Formats: sequence, C-alpha cells, structure tokens
Amino acid sequence: MSIIDQLAAIEQAALAALETITTSDAIGEWKSNYLGKQGAIAKLSRELGTLPSDQRPAAGQRFNAVRAVLDEAFAAREATISQAAQQQAFGQDAVDVTLPGRLPVVGRLHPSTRVLRMITDIFADMGFQVWESPEVETDTLNFGLLNIPEDHPARDMWDTFYIETAPGAEKVLLRTHTSPGQIHAMRAHAPNPVRVILPGKCYRYEQVTTRHEMMFHQVEGIAVGQHITFSDLKGTLIGFAERLYGAGTKTRFRPSYFPFTEPSVELDVECFLCKGAGCRICKQSGWLEVSGAGMIHPTVLRNGGYDPDVYSGFAFGMGPERITMLRHGIDDIRWFFSGDERFLQQFV
Amino acid sequence: MRIPLSWLREYVDVTIPVAELAERLTRSGLEVDSIEHIGGTQAELPWDPALVLVCNILEVTQHPNADRLVLATVEYAPGNTHTVVTGAPNLYEYKGLGRLTHPLKSVFAREGAVLFDGHVAEKVKVKLKGKPVRGVMSDAMLCSEKELGLSEEHEGILILPADAPVGMSLVEYIGDTVVDIDVLPNMARTLSLVGMAREIAALTNQTLRLPNPAVATSGADANATFKVTIATPELCPRFTASVVRNVTIKPSPFWMQRRLIMAGMRPINNIVDISNYVMLELGTPNHTFDADCVAEAHIVVRNAHADEQLKTLDGRTHTLNPSHLLVCDTTKALSVAGVMGGESSEVSDRTQNVLVEAAVWEPTIIRRMSTAFKLRSEASKRFERGVDTEMLDLAQRRLCQLLHDYADGVVAPGMVDVRSVPVRDVTITLTNAEVKRILGLDFTAAQISDLLTPLGFGCTVNTSTSLEVTVPSYRRDVSHTADLCEEVARMFGYDNLPSTIMADELPTQRTNLALEREHFVRDVLSGAGLNEAITYSLTSLASAANLDPAEADATNYLHLANPLSSEREYMRRAILPTLLESAAVNLRERGSTRLFEVGRVYHRRDDAILPAEPLRVAIVMAGQRTNASWHDAVPETVDFFDIKGVVELLCERLQITSIRIAPSDADYLQPGRAAQLIAHTGAGEVVIGHFGELHPDARERFAMPTVRVAVAEFALDTLLELANVPRYTSISRYPASSQDLALVAPVTVSAETIAASIRKYAGAALSSIELFDVYTGANLGEGMRSLAYRLTFRSSERTLGDDEITKLRAKIIRGVEHETGAKMRA
Ligand SMILES: [Zn+2]
Repeated sequence: MSIIDQLAAIEQAALAALETITTSDAIGEWKSNYLGKQGAIAKLSRELGTLPSDQRPAAGQRFNAVRAVLDEAFAAREATISQAAQQQAFGQDAVDVTLPGRLPVVGRLHPSTRVLRMITDIFADMGFQVWESPEVETDTLNFGLLNIPEDHPARDMWDTFYIETAPGAEKVLLRTHTSPGQIHAMRAHAPNPVRVILPGKCYRYEQVTTRHEMMFHQVEGIAVGQHITFSDLKGTLIGFAERLYGAGTKTRFRPSYFPFTEPSVELDVECFLCKGAGCRICKQSGWLEVSGAGMIHPTVLRNGGYDPDVYSGFAFGMGPERITMLRHGIDDIRWFFSGDERFLQQFV
Repeated sequence: MRIPLSWLREYVDVTIPVAELAERLTRSGLEVDSIEHIGGTQAELPWDPALVLVCNILEVTQHPNADRLVLATVEYAPGNTHTVVTGAPNLYEYKGLGRLTHPLKSVFAREGAVLFDGHVAEKVKVKLKGKPVRGVMSDAMLCSEKELGLSEEHEGILILPADAPVGMSLVEYIGDTVVDIDVLPNMARTLSLVGMAREIAALTNQTLRLPNPAVATSGADANATFKVTIATPELCPRFTASVVRNVTIKPSPFWMQRRLIMAGMRPINNIVDISNYVMLELGTPNHTFDADCVAEAHIVVRNAHADEQLKTLDGRTHTLNPSHLLVCDTTKALSVAGVMGGESSEVSDRTQNVLVEAAVWEPTIIRRMSTAFKLRSEASKRFERGVDTEMLDLAQRRLCQLLHDYADGVVAPGMVDVRSVPVRDVTITLTNAEVKRILGLDFTAAQISDLLTPLGFGCTVNTSTSLEVTVPSYRRDVSHTADLCEEVARMFGYDNLPSTIMADELPTQRTNLALEREHFVRDVLSGAGLNEAITYSLTSLASAANLDPAEADATNYLHLANPLSSEREYMRRAILPTLLESAAVNLRERGSTRLFEVGRVYHRRDDAILPAEPLRVAIVMAGQRTNASWHDAVPETVDFFDIKGVVELLCERLQITSIRIAPSDADYLQPGRAAQLIAHTGAGEVVIGHFGELHPDARERFAMPTVRVAVAEFALDTLLELANVPRYTSISRYPASSQDLALVAPVTVSAETIAASIRKYAGAALSSIELFDVYTGANLGEGMRSLAYRLTFRSSERTLGDDEITKLRAKIIRGVEHETGAKMRA
C-alpha cells in the first residue's frame, strides 16, 4: 500500500473513531493517537523520505490537508463534548425558580409619614416651606387669636383636651388643629410675606371609633402677602389636587365656615373610587372632602402682625390619615397608632 | 335642619328637580346631608299609587270566628266598597255601631301592594296576598304607620283627618321629600323654613312669601293684664309676651303633626306642637307658660340668686348661681332663660290661659347655661347662634293665630314688648377694589348689588366702584367687608371664580436642616429593617411604670383635665413604654418585632406654662432576626448586638464622630447588657440615651417574658445637631496588605481599649481594622479572652514592602502588650 493510501486509511479510521467519542478524556487520547508527535500521521510522515523527490511535494500537501481536516473535526467534536458537559452541569445546578427568594429585611415608613411627605413635597414645589410649632398650646393661641372667643358656638367644632393647670392660670390644651402654627409663623415673618406648610399631630376629645381618632395628623398651609387672593387659593388647591390625584381631577369648591377664615371654603375632589357616580365611600355624593380653606380672617391677620387692609392671605388644612385611608382603602383609623406590624407592613 | 319640601313650598316655589336643588344648596354652603323620599318612587318603601289609597271606614263588625278581629267595610273609591279583616284595637270602639255617622279615614292597601311587615322589628318588605283569615277572605288591609314606613307605631291603624279625600292615592295625599341640611354655625339664619326659603329664593331667582297671619282678638289688652320687667337688659335685647285665654289642650292637627315628624320633632299636644312649629317655621324659639301660675301677672327677667333651685321640664332640679339668667315671676323662677322651662308653670291638662314668650337672648349666656346644665335643645341651639330680634312680631302673631285656630284660644289684643337694645342698622361701605383684592375678580358696584340684594341686603350704589350695604336684622353674622366678599363669592359661585397662580413675591426660601435630617433618620432606620410606628402621645402612669417604676411620679407629667380613659391620661415623657406595648402585640401575633418611632415627648417646665417638647427616637427589636424560611428555618433571635448594630449604623450614616458608647446602669436594662450613647459637645459630655436589652422584670411587666428585647431611646434633637456632611478620603492606587493578630487579655479589658491601642500604634498606614473572632475557652485560662483582628495596611503613596509590614506588626504588638497587658495568642 502506498503512503498516500495509508494516509487515507488513517484519515478514515480517525474520523470514524472521532464519531464515537463522548468524553474529554477520550478525545485527548484520540488527539495524541492521530495528531500527536508520536501519532499515526507523524509516524507515517517520516516515511515521506522514501518517496522519489518529484512525488514529495504532492504527498506533503496531502499530509497537510489531512491534518487540517482532522484538526477541524477535532475542534468541532471537542466543542460538542464541552457543551454537553456544561449542559449536564447546568442541569445538576438548576433550581426551582418558584421557590421563595432570600428577602432582605427592610422596614416600612408609616403610611401617614409617606402621605405627609407627598403633601409637603407638592407644596414645597409651590414655595411652601415646612414650619413646626408646639402640640401643647395655650387656649389663646389655639382659639382666641384665631377668632374663636370663649363661649363662641364654633367651639363645638373642636372637642378639646385640656391640661390640668393651677386655678387662675392660663388654660393649656392639646392643640385641636395645626392652626396655632399660623400665628407663630405669621409673627415670625411679619411684615415679610410668608408661605409655609404646618404639619403635625393634633388631638380631639372624641371617642375613638373606626372613623374618629383622639390623635391625628393635620397639614395646614398659609400664604400671606400684599397680592394674595381667593383665586390664588383656588389655583393652589387645584394644583395640589391634580398632583395628588392626577391631572384633570375634577374639583368642587363649596362655601364653608371656619372662624379664622372669611370667605371660607371646602374643597371636594371627584370620588376616584366611583368616578363621581356615587358609592359607599363618598356617601353616594360622588365627591370626597379634601381640604377646608379660606382667606385668612382680618382679625387673625392682625393677630399675626399684618395690617389686614394692606395684606391678605389664605389658609388651608387637610388630614393625612383621611387621605391615606382613601388612598389605600383602609376602613378603620384605629390601626394607624396601633404599632401593629401586620398593618405597617402593608405599605410600601 | 330637616326641610320637608311640601312645607318649604309654602314660602317659595321650588322650580327645579330636588337633586339639582340639593346640588345648588351644597354649592352655596348649605351642605345637603341626605334626601329622604316618603312614599314616592325613590322612597325606601314606595306606595303604589293604584294600590295604597285613602279610604273611609263605613262600618265595623265582629269577625264571626275570632274575638280579637273585626271586619271593616271601607269605601276606597267613590262608590266602591270592600271588606277588610283587621285586628286594629283602635277600631274596637266602632264595633257594632252600624253605619258610622262620621267619616273615619284610613289607608287602604289592596292585594299586590308592597308594605313593611308590621310584626317584625326590622324593615321587611312583604307583598300583600289574599288568604282566608279564620274563614273570611282577606285580600286587602288597613295600614299602620309602621306598615307604611312612617314610624315604628303598630298599635293600631293610621287614622287620617276627616277631610282626607277618599280614593286619592296616599302618595299624592302625604307623600313628600325631606332634604336634610348641615347648617354651618354662621348660617343660623337658615335654622328655619322661612330662612331656608329666603336662601333658596335668592339662589333660584324666586320670590320669598312670608306668612302673614290674621289674628282675631278680644278681651283685655295683654299690656293691661301682664307686666314684664327686664333686670338684665344687656342679656335680653328684646322680650315679647302675648296672652291667649281659654285654650283647649288636645292633639294638634294631622298636617302639623306630619310636618313636625318630618322635621324631626315628636308631636306632644297642640300647645307644645304650635310652639315648636313656629320655631321651625320662623326660627324664633318661644315658650308657653300657664298664665295662671305667674304670680302677680308679672314677669321678671333677672339673674338667679345664689343657690336658687329650679326644677326643669325634664324633671331635673338645678342649683343656680348669679351667673345664670332666669325668667321669673315676683315670687319664683319660671324657666332657665332661652334654655328650658320650669315645672311650676308648665302647661298641663288643667291649663286654661297661656302666656306666650318670644324673646331674644344674648348668645353667650345661653351657651354658658346650656353647657353648664347639659341642656342642648333646639331652642338653645338657635339662641346661641343668634335669633333675629325683628322676627318676634311675626312670630307672636303666628303663635296667636295657631292657638286660636287649633287650641280654641281667645287671643288678647296687644303684645307686651320690652326692647332693651334699640334696633341699630349696620351699614358697610364696599368697594370693587376691595372685592378684587380679596377675591381676585373685577366686579362693578352694580354687579355686586345684584348679587347681594336677593339675600336681603340693602344696596345703594354710590359710584361705579363703591356701594353702601345695609345688613338686614337676620344677618348679624355680617359685620365686615370680608363677610360681604364671602356673600359675593357665594352668590357668584365659588366654582365660577378664576383659579390663578400666586403672583405675589416668593418669600425667602430657607432650608429646614433639622427636619431633613429627621426624615433621613426615618429612612436609615426603615432601611435597617425597622417598621415605623406612631403611638399615642397620651399614656398612663401604669404604662410608664412598666418600663421603670421610678417613672410613675405624677408630678413630672402633664395631666389631662378631661381624659377620655385612664389609659390615655398623661402626656408621655418617653416613647418606649407605648412602643413596647405595640411590640408585645407584634411578638404575640408574629413571633418577632422590629419597630422604631420618631416623635415628641412632653416635659413639664417649672418656669413656663407650656412644656418642652423634645424630639426622640426609640427602637424595639425582639424575636427572630429574620423571617423564618426554607433558607433558614430557625433564624437566630435578636440580642444586644442587633440594637448596637443599628445604633452604629445610625451614627455612621449621620457621620457622627464625637460620640462614644459606654456601659449604662439604667434600671430598665439588664445589667451587663446595657449601654449609653455619650456625645462630646462644646458643653462637655452629654448622655444622648441608653440602649441594650430590657431588664427581665420589665419584660415581664410588658408581657414579653420569654425572649430578649433590645431597646433604645435617644434625644434626637441632640443627635441631629452632631450630624456632619461626609468628607471624601482619596482611594489608594497601591495594593493592600493584611495581617491577623490574635490578642489574649482579661475580659475586663474592653475590646474598644485593645482596638484603640492597635490604631494608636499602627498609625496612618492602617486602613481598616476588623474584629473577626472572639474566643473564650478553658485553654486560655479563667477570665481570659482572645480577640482576633484583621488589620489592613495601605499607603496612598506607594506599595508597602514586606519588611515594613513586619516591622509595623512587631511595633503594634509591643505597644499593645505594653499598654493593655494583652499578649499575642500562642
Ligand atoms: Zn364614590
């Protein structure tokens, strides 16, 4: 058999053997058997010298061609084998992706905190800055300076917790609204314009029920200057409602009564649960009360240090718990101050 | 205020559907709370106009087979009769009288009519079906008030007035709509049908019709027989009295009873009902005395004597003092002025002659008395908010006319009228500039006049920019231009006013660093796995004592004068007690708790009437460190080092450096697992608060006996003042080299002492020090401990050589051994 015929036989045998190989060990052995320095092709190539010199170049080319074919076949087979091995390893490493993950332990902010932040952020964009004032106040600041004298029927609007004080001393109470902060803020700024938002805890002498709490938060805002009008109040509150409830939210302004504002107004937004059709939450009215507001009463402006003939201003107030309850469909206000993590964990 | 539309229509035409009327009222400040339909198609129980009819009972006979039943022959349409089986006791008296000679009107319901079941307490609708009752076919019935949904009354059938038209559908006869309106405190003028009608007339461009009763009088003039003396003119601006003789006490007419019931009042008898009717109609509370009980026919309005006693109509006896105001005769008190009548002059079945009082009282005195006596009545509600002095004449005429028509009274001519305060017109000058300044919209004086006039304001337009506004007597709530601006806006429609962006200068914007940091603390703590709680600021001494019995000293606390319950009686001085109460619930319900609260506490000050309200942060952690899961079926439970980790994280995030942690001897913490956070401030060292594991005794008191409870409470204001902005340190480009050191020292040498010593001798080349092992074992010897540190060295300027590191290590060991007595572990 000629060298060339032997080479062809080796090529055929090598390719046939390669077909059956499935492990990386076996393919290594194959490689040294055929392509190694001591492999079949190398051994045969040593016999090239026995050929007549005119046949050698063609035979050499033939050898190179066979090597190239076997190299290529080897590479392909090796890739197949390593892929299969990887596939098998992946299979062994696979997990049930529906098993629960490792949850990082992360706490939640109180829902009232979140809503308070939303409210203050919206008003901050309109130039209102946060101003805080005490929760324990004098009767004068909570009522008198806000145009609610003693024995005024409007006092019925605020059931009040009083602090025990010495006989004859000034009456001290738990603020029933954040409105005393109006006076503090105005007095700190007058005669400069003021635009602040007053968040904080308030208290009412009220039996605790699913809808009423003795403690709650309120956010109040005031703007006082030389050119502040009722129309500005409307624009500000509509801007707020659209930020909180979405652009195009329908609003309704109703005359109302607060002793410290005149004119007074109640802002309703269209019930977002029933889109105004009427439901249990909006008591079939199609509207939800969002904020009580009005132009600051001349007497209150004067008490805050502004001349009511020159300055005007507006004030508004709202309850974060109520907004939170509507937002999340909470039907019992008593959870808010329970510290119960089954409640607190429900909010993002 | 409940407004039956049929009654309202006496004073104003209602030209729009009730739903639209309700919306207009609400948008004008008269918020409609509910609309109640009686009998009509929208009613809870609609009365079928073909099946529920006015009928006349012609004859009542005994049921042949049942003692307690009767058969009534009724005419339910002219010429049509039907026999009805009924057990109504109020028909027994007509049994066997044959054909009745007088009309006896009732309500006839035919088969198919839907009514309420009269025999069950709830409102259950049933459809009337024919069935034999004791052998007599029953396919129709006579209805009780309960079956018609008019009241709970089911003792007998409803008897209608004799003139009720036979065959008319009941819904046409007495069907109605009642609009219930929440009246704001400054809208007392609408606490009457006429007042409400005036608003509606103005809102819907209709005309108000005031009643104008004609009264026939005879006998002696009231002024000749009765005398009125007002001893306290400042408390009684006007007092009027009429005299009506020979009255008959009996039920008031059906229509009046219906109106009172629909308006929410219970009919009593004609005298009481007439009084209430006029109060509801005109907004003038009034009182009827038995005229023969007034000694010397002389009414005296005066302050009470000290300890004077008066028994009021509700049967209670009040002990009075000179701050109270009474209507008296010359010998005794007759009533608490404007609040409630007294028993001694109460109109009774024997009453023949009545004295009718209609007066106006100073609102404050009424409010004080009704609060003091806990007597909030429809009358006091109106007096507190202000009653129109100029309505008394009409009220007296109306009272006399009704007493004449429905109590057979003989009205004396004349009216005793004492005015203590002369009528004073209030006139306000209003400019369109002022309206624009407040409302933001331009109106001409004429436009303003057009808006205010329908409400009864007298407007005189001076120029195109100014007008004089005279305030009517029923609008004493209006005293300032701002009040008029509200009326202009209300009549124009709040929703019709423009919405604008504030054009006024933006006030100087200042950062509120403390608040920003407070929010940052909330974010850090929630990021650390703690849930934010907000607990009550109000608590009890018992709760405070659960944490620390020494805290139960009432003198340190603000105490409520009027607590709602003993659990919420004192203003908290610390957050932990209420937070621990929540934690105990969570531990019970969920097996773990991780809570924090940021809030104020309230500290009494001897030198001020108001307390200090420092801001605190409190943390409670207990139970499993993480949630149990298939990754970790039994997580470890929280201990001291969990809360310490949170404290360290908080200080690191706030970049607080001037702080140290030392052992604490706080009584509520377990000794040996208690620490305090101490700040170095300009004023020396200040304790910011304590943290550690709750003392087992305190755990027991909070009902958390079985697991360690880690707690912390810090003065947050102080902590926030110590916060800093992080400073960047450059990051070295050169490689690091690390060395492990295990040092053995007595456990009494604190880890911080050894770490501080290592830092001191390592110098600037040390980039980090990490304690990776703490070991105590018999092989180290009694009371000894091994602390293993990994030190990482790195220079920002060059690569540190091995020789350098070896030398540095030897230096550190020498120094630490010398300074702390620690030895390298063998
Ligand atoms: Zn709704």
